Amino acid sequence: MSDGIKKFMFVNTKAPYGTVYALESLEVVLISAAFDQSVSLVFCDDGVFQIANNQKTDDSGMKNFSPAYKALGDYDINKLYVEKESLEERGLTLDNLMALTYEDEDDDWAEKPSIILVTRAELADLMDEQDVVISS
Amino acid sequence: MNCHKGIRLGKSLMKFTLLINEGPYQHQASDTAYQFAKAALEKGHEIYRVFFYNDGVNNATRLAVPPQDDRNITENWAALAKEHELDMVVCIAAAQRRGMLDADEAGRQGKDADNIHPAFRISGLGQLVEGGIQSDRLLTFGD
Repeated sequence: MSDGIKKFMFVNTKAPYGTVYALESLEVVLISAAFDQSVSLVFCDDGVFQIANNQKTDDSGMKNFSPAYKALGDYDINKLYVEKESLEERGLTLDNLMALTYEDEDDDWAEKPSIILVTRAELADLMDEQDVVISS
Repeated sequence: MNCHKGIRLGKSLMKFTLLINEGPYQHQASDTAYQFAKAALEKGHEIYRVFFYNDGVNNATRLAVPPQDDRNITENWAALAKEHELDMVVCIAAAQRRGMLDADEAGRQGKDADNIHPAFRISGLGQLVEGGIQSDRLLTFGD
């Protein structure tokens, strides 16, 4: 149980600003990369706004931390599941999200998309496969 | 250890890490986690670690003065930790943001006061991830 690699899934359900959950969840994700576990992220409900493109926070005085998501690929975190229904309910498409990518070392470092669009039902199955699910 | 009871009931004993993400009194998360920890320990389960994150770090203040007819959440945790030698960890990054400091950290940051109860220790987020790796279940208490 305590050896071997575990599957960690971080589920993001809240908008990036307004509360600190998104920022502090990202901080856990970045630390988890150092533990050589299998790490994936989920963006659902208002969490899909966390990876919206063109975020501007100057007027609100909040720190715009969205560029940090672009570094996830460099940390070998390249499974970012986005729930299809959550996007649709908010009138969003994949074009409204940042183009988050990683370089595939098994494919001559080809640049590939990290975002995987999944349905609510598929997400339930993915969660069922995890060892640790941390949501906020 | 209550192993015999666990075996007799045909239930396996588990190792838990608890993640508490909400502050005291404002939210019931810490109370629920405390009740869970107490019940699990009574049944012979192990609490590998209790990790305080987000506003949950405020559960570690030694300066709260709740009304006398109310529960003292920090002291409840401290008493349970003493009885069962619980490892209660406060995230340092979340704590620093919110003005939660132990004496060492206060000295390092040039602050004139500290407020972390001695039953808790300050450490990094790696302790949460390690708790997830080492435990059978990681349970989140919060929204």
